[in-house]
Amino acid sequence: MAAALNSSGFLQLKANCNLAECRSSLRSSASKSFNLRPIMASLTAAPTAGISETFSKLKQQGKVALIPYITAGDPDLSTTAEALKVLDSCGSDIIELGVPYSDPLADGPVIQAAATRALAKGANFDKIIAMLKEVVPQLSCPVALFSYYNPILKRGVGNFMSILQDTGIHGLVVPDVPLEETEILRKEAINKNIELVLLTTPTTPTVRMKAIVDASEGFVYLVSAVGVTGARTSVSGKVQSLLQDIKEATSKPVAVGFGISKPEHVKQVAGWGADGVIVGSAMVKLLGDAKSPEDGLKELEAFTKSLKSALI
Amino acid sequence: MALSASSSAAATARRAQPDLAFRIPSNSILPPKFNRIFPFSPSISRSPPISCTLANMSATTVDKELTAEALQRPDSFGRFGRFGGKYVPETLMSALTELEAAFGALATDHEFQKELAGILKDYVGRESPLYFAERLTEHYKRADGKGPHIYLKREDLNHTGAHKINNAVAQALLAKRIGKKRIIAETGAGQHGVATATVCARFGLQCIIYMGAQDMERQALNVFRMRLLGAEVRPVHSGTATLKDATSEAIRDWVTNVEDTHYILGSVAGPHPYPMMVREFHAVIGKETRKQAIEKWGGNPDVIVACIGGGSNAMGIFHEFVDDNDVRLIGVEAAGFGLDSGKHAATLTKGEVGVLHGAMSYLLQDEDGQIIEPHSISAGLDYPGVGPEHSFLKDLGRAEYYSITDEEALEAFKRLSRLEGIIPALETSHALAYLEKLCPTLADGTKVVLNCSGRGDKDVNTAIKYLDL
Repeated sequence: MAAALNSSGFLQLKANCNLAECRSSLRSSASKSFNLRPIMASLTAAPTAGISETFSKLKQQGKVALIPYITAGDPDLSTTAEALKVLDSCGSDIIELGVPYSDPLADGPVIQAAATRALAKGANFDKIIAMLKEVVPQLSCPVALFSYYNPILKRGVGNFMSILQDTGIHGLVVPDVPLEETEILRKEAINKNIELVLLTTPTTPTVRMKAIVDASEGFVYLVSAVGVTGARTSVSGKVQSLLQDIKEATSKPVAVGFGISKPEHVKQVAGWGADGVIVGSAMVKLLGDAKSPEDGLKELEAFTKSLKSALI
Repeated sequence: MALSASSSAAATARRAQPDLAFRIPSNSILPPKFNRIFPFSPSISRSPPISCTLANMSATTVDKELTAEALQRPDSFGRFGRFGGKYVPETLMSALTELEAAFGALATDHEFQKELAGILKDYVGRESPLYFAERLTEHYKRADGKGPHIYLKREDLNHTGAHKINNAVAQALLAKRIGKKRIIAETGAGQHGVATATVCARFGLQCIIYMGAQDMERQALNVFRMRLLGAEVRPVHSGTATLKDATSEAIRDWVTNVEDTHYILGSVAGPHPYPMMVREFHAVIGKETRKQAIEKWGGNPDVIVACIGGGSNAMGIFHEFVDDNDVRLIGVEAAGFGLDSGKHAATLTKGEVGVLHGAMSYLLQDEDGQIIEPHSISAGLDYPGVGPEHSFLKDLGRAEYYSITDEEALEAFKRLSRLEGIIPALETSHALAYLEKLCPTLADGTKVVLNCSGRGDKDVNTAIKYLDL
């Protein structure tokens, strides 16, 4: 099944996707051009820009980062590998990859279900890392992992960060570790050059938000809504004032996530001054609901392009 | 194990205030939040953060040196040694801080204390008796007529039939104090759900109970009871559709509705301040036990035995005696089909340290850090985690933890019914079953107090499948 997908599904997809056009219209930086990818693929660690560096470059170009999220292993890891390449080639600036977990507290039904399916299909951390070791060198954009804390603790925080570093992962988001508990994570992340992204939310008091943005690396993750991940019909107008508050407190880039699911949302949030937009459940749903992995990847491609267009 | 003099002084001071329905540990008065997060703010770019302020950094030295700080249960970060803490999505942090402050303020809120004490007496039916189990004691007498004396702390006689209501009633009052009119809770067997639905009916609060779809089938009677009491019972289908998933779903609801909702967590688990707060609301069990023991035999119990799922009834009776080193504290977990079967809920015996539902504690997990589905015949013990303070007491060596299989629990369920005319909950039956192993080792006249945490009416449908009577 997986082999069949690799040999036929993605080739077919490649043929259908006008990658050169997609990329040339979306990226001006020659160093990131599609032509370099075969060379990069041969290196063990891709010299891809880090997360904060990516934001700096985009800022110089007056652009807002598109940050898609998908769950690793749903529907299977070979599809995830292809999905990462599709996301990258269609203009994603950073990719957030979720490590499936049995008890995802911060996730709504779509990502919960994806995690359950992925685990049932046998996805585990070692297999995800093995897949990423193959794929990350082929990507032109940096990858951040999204993982709950227990799987990190189980491996040992230092060891976990080493694995990320060896895999060429640039960032990490841990949704169930608030500032007070980030001490060890931050120390080990800094040692291994992993950018640990912290989250601030509409319920976070200003004083606390300032401490969070101070400690966050890569970017500041602004949770747009009070709640768990998942598509919402509209983005709360409160995001605009939250963005202003954060911008007054820091010069670090701010990306908005949770509930951003349509090109209109992306445009709106970018218009409010966000440096990046994170789209998760909507992506995960496309892959999860698709009749076949090939269909899912095609829909993912079209959707990513529509989001990217909204940011131009 | 030398517990410090200052902690026994604290214990004495505590005994001097029997009129309070519960007390607040002095260390729970927190510095303003910005002080707590201050160590991080000066860090610019990649300088390593200051690390000396977190109590968990000293956790490894706990065994060797019992500093005063290590004995704070919990410290100002909500840590019991290396256990506990607050591992929750950022959205909940302000609600936890608000809860902590509201709970802290109750210590001096005499009106609240008076109201709670009145409800515990007239509505819950406290105090619960300390009952001398004469025929059970007889059963454990050796050939020479010697053996321990067994007493039961009758939490099964509380309104709704278990200890759970002590906490539910206090948290409902607290929710009213902080102006939250929507209550959510998780439940496994349905006992905590019923207790919560009961107090919500009593105080006119909206009540939503999350329950695993599988547990709803196993405990259909309790589902009906909750609905009868006016609660909405929401089935949880995610994951394994049991207590852990119901807890996750309740936390998700709280993340979503935190501004108008209070989460009545049912055990000494979850993020700080829950383990401390739920313990304090159940500490009345231990306080009454001390007083009743003095009345009955003029001393302390020698051994206290309680069952452990999340560990609330055990913590409720242990807490009063933790500083009394001559009182043995024994917690009994569920060994399900046996410890080597892989189908059990013996978290402290077989688990490894990790983070679940907001706290660091022992838990059942696989090599990838995924939570393992536990098994116990008793839905109330069928939980892959355990309250962080139990993990702390275990590592400290202050409490002992053992486990009992489904089969042994069923035998004890039958034994107490036949010998004392008390049908115990299957949860409690685990503690009762441990008496079989414990009693032969005890000296004549040893005073054993077993926390009879709940009654077994709810379990007859389960038991009927196994017991051939």
